[in-house]
Amino acid sequence: MALLKRPRSGPSGTTTTPPRGADVVVVGAGIVGAACADELSAAGLSTVVVERAGVGTGTTGAGEGNILVSDKEPGPELALALLSNALWRRIGEEVAGSPGAGIALEAKGGIVVATGDAELAALHRFADRQRAAGVVAEPLDPARARELEPYLTPDLAGAVHYPQDMQVQPVLAAATLLHRARARGARLVTGAEVVGLARDRDGRIAAVRTTAGDVATRYVVNAAGLGAPAVAALAGAHLPVQPRRGFILVTEPLPPMVHAKVYDADYVSNVASDDSGLRTSTVVEATDGGTILIGASRERVGLDPGFRVDVLARLAQQAIRLFPALAGVRAIRAYRGFRPYLPDHLPVIGAEPAVPGLLHAAGHEGAGIGLAPATGRLIRQLVTGEEPALDPAPFRPDRPALRPSGVPA
Amino acid sequence: MTGRPELPGELRSAAAHERAGTAPGEPFEIGYGQARIPALPGETFGAALTAAGVRSWRRTRFGGRPRGLFCGIGACFDCLLPVNGGPPVRACLTEAAPGDTAAPPEAPLPRPAAPPPADDPGPPRGYDVAVVGAGPAGLAAALAAADRGQRVVLVDAGARPGGQYHRQPPRPFGARRPEALQPDGTARAAEAALTAHPLVTLHSGESVWAAEPAADGFTLHLTGGGAVRVRAVVVATGAHDLALPFPGWDLPGVFTAGGAQALVKGQLTLPGRRVVVAGTGPLLLPVAATLAEAGATVLGVFDANHPARWLRRLPAALGHAGRLREAAHYLRILRRHRIPVRYRRAVVAAHGGSGVEAVTLARLAPDWTPLPGARHRRRLAADAVAVGFGFVAGVELPLALGCATVPDPAGLPVVVTDHSGRTSVAGVYAAGEVTGVGGARLAAVEGELAGRAVAADLAATGPAPATGADARLRRRRARLRRFAAALAEVYPVRPGWRGWLDGDTLVCRCEEVPLSRIRHAVEDLAATEPRAVKLTTRAGMGMCQGRICGPALATLLAAGSGAGPGVDATPLAGRPIVAPVPLGTVAAAARPPDPGRGDHGLDSPAR
Repeated sequence: MALLKRPRSGPSGTTTTPPRGADVVVVGAGIVGAACADELSAAGLSTVVVERAGVGTGTTGAGEGNILVSDKEPGPELALALLSNALWRRIGEEVAGSPGAGIALEAKGGIVVATGDAELAALHRFADRQRAAGVVAEPLDPARARELEPYLTPDLAGAVHYPQDMQVQPVLAAATLLHRARARGARLVTGAEVVGLARDRDGRIAAVRTTAGDVATRYVVNAAGLGAPAVAALAGAHLPVQPRRGFILVTEPLPPMVHAKVYDADYVSNVASDDSGLRTSTVVEATDGGTILIGASRERVGLDPGFRVDVLARLAQQAIRLFPALAGVRAIRAYRGFRPYLPDHLPVIGAEPAVPGLLHAAGHEGAGIGLAPATGRLIRQLVTGEEPALDPAPFRPDRPALRPSGVPA
Repeated sequence: MTGRPELPGELRSAAAHERAGTAPGEPFEIGYGQARIPALPGETFGAALTAAGVRSWRRTRFGGRPRGLFCGIGACFDCLLPVNGGPPVRACLTEAAPGDTAAPPEAPLPRPAAPPPADDPGPPRGYDVAVVGAGPAGLAAALAAADRGQRVVLVDAGARPGGQYHRQPPRPFGARRPEALQPDGTARAAEAALTAHPLVTLHSGESVWAAEPAADGFTLHLTGGGAVRVRAVVVATGAHDLALPFPGWDLPGVFTAGGAQALVKGQLTLPGRRVVVAGTGPLLLPVAATLAEAGATVLGVFDANHPARWLRRLPAALGHAGRLREAAHYLRILRRHRIPVRYRRAVVAAHGGSGVEAVTLARLAPDWTPLPGARHRRRLAADAVAVGFGFVAGVELPLALGCATVPDPAGLPVVVTDHSGRTSVAGVYAAGEVTGVGGARLAAVEGELAGRAVAADLAATGPAPATGADARLRRRRARLRRFAAALAEVYPVRPGWRGWLDGDTLVCRCEEVPLSRIRHAVEDLAATEPRAVKLTTRAGMGMCQGRICGPALATLLAAGSGAGPGVDATPLAGRPIVAPVPLGTVAAAARPPDPGRGDHGLDSPAR
């Protein structure tokens, strides 16, 4: 009784063995690999995606699906985020019509809440700088903030509304982008690990060796997330992507209670003391399933799979501080993920100078969903030689911060 | 008849009350929207509503489907009911009190409100051993460890110890002969022994929501607030019914076999007047017997397997005269009530609007595929169905503690232990159904072994010498395990059940995910891996966290991927929050940051 068939093979399908050759092989079927495959296949390149586990089962499946501009200070990451924001909106419109292919894209906006006057002043200064860089950021007085979010604590100094912030269901988004790519002829091979990168006499990429077979190709896009260093190492390249653990709490399904993505700006006054810009601490947001997600912690503890109750407790405390009514709401799940980060907290997007044909698209830390479409766009432009949509230099794999002797984390 | 006052409502079983010799208190009323509903002291909301003829008190949030009791033991969360304007509670577990008001489905859902600040639970209380679960295994483990000088905290989700097998009626029922509804008087005796034992602290009505290693032991966080710090943990979390989907399986009136049993044994209330018992396994006979003795009309017992397999397994059954006598006893009861027992038949659909009105029975091929043709189908008017296909071990806590599991014969994860209950994690022991389904006798033996082992391990610096009693218990355990293995072979779950489903059949009840959406995820979105399916369809992500649909989902995916039966369902069972817990309780569980374990600040959502 075959109630569930294997995924359809053929032009729009996945295969368990890869084809013999392709223009580009993308390693990794997370959101970044999916966005790369989407862009590359749209450019008419024959594309094979090789994934060692399943679609979106790495960091992509462990995130909230944030598409944010609100948390980024002016600079290259914000430029990437703004381009991605526009591309996500277009993708959302394009896939909305196809049955069952929705990605649950919600342009719900973000509200950053400051509970103290000093935090509010810092938040306003930060928002002023963002506005100058093209971000829509509207100050809200407490009354207006509580009109938008009636359950918000009355104990707030003010807030800033970021209408561009969005949310997407990340695994559905990755699967849908891959579905689109496959409809254009791309192939997806799941459950296959890349075990070698063959090179020709000039040192250029010639083939990808996988546990399911070899694919002759001239280009490899390393979108393997936390696995990216291992893929790079197959060609002798160095990529210092490290894991940064995070937990998210999920509540029972509720009637609508939280409308926008709501963040705590408590750490805004720490801007000057930290290289990561605005450190909003907690994000509280509803999903289309009715649950509320509470994120996110960060820990540099390697790939330790453990859970820490005290970290969950801090998430709960901060969420309750924003929304006191949450105290009586049950948490039903917590999940854990490992964000792939680089020492300077910028992703790597571009060609590996030492290995012609190898490009990296990795290290997006916790912003991979938000930055994926622009990453895919840049990768496509770098492969085809088109004019890049934005300056790719800050994301170069050979930037000083990524050298083995570079800036420590 | 005694002078007991008339029981309100037709489904309160006068026969069960009579047999148990109850002396219930004066009935009171609870509000249900505008209506007033009678309740007996000690009754749950679920029982009171069922007795009043209310089968459904909730509508699902996507499809508006009616829902009521299903698993009956707190695993499925289908019976959620808003009470007194607060958050929804599980009607199957929550006792009603005079003045309570429950909200009917048409009432707007209550707006969440900040609860009054909870009392500071204080620092974790220290014990030597935590035993989690007070069924046959947990009771035996707690007493064995405490008798050997260990300070024991026994944490149990039930209102009274006993678990599912020894489920006791509520204390206010004043049952003089509770063992009349029980297999034996074990639970009452154990409860008395526990209460009298100076080294045992009992936490009833509480669950462990998180567990973590601590210096020289473990910290267990409790849903009631607070935590306990212990040197060792005995996991005796038991199992819940294995439910398989079929069209209409989420209609109110469809119960798991254990859920129907719990309603009668624990609340002395019938799930319906005309009941069909179906599924497979040795539980179906006692469930049917319990229902019949309590006054329900049992229309038949329909087992999807065939007893001919018994003959082949007879040698393993020999030496288990007790079990065979028990089966014969139940069969005698069924004969007395003229209840037919039929094999290779299944309920392949339940029909009705707001609840079950009829079922379709089908004859099955040996692999459980329904035989084609209308002559192999029969429609039967019924207002309740009790279905069970075996058991799913409650492995959430042991997985959170890091214990190794193996797939059982049905492919579902069970905890690996040595012959004394030691798991792969030092200081964590497991006993009973959570280590493999084997029944109450085996659970009690395993519990005693684990209780003895934990006491010996904590007391001794070297390996404890095995006593003659230990050896006898181990031999008994081995014998009962052989019998359990034989039973598992006689009552397998066959793959043909998948032929009962159509595209609209919900696989995940909580998130209302039909088979068609899972097909779409696998076939179109290439989500071939269980976690990818879960994340693209939301199957297994609802209130029950896959406890109910996880096994069926794993089987469907194994079939889709071409893998054989026995897919490892562990990825669908692992969850660090072991039981739903108010965020206020989570927030209170903080301990001071522990330096030297990496930085663990809170940061930007995109970092």
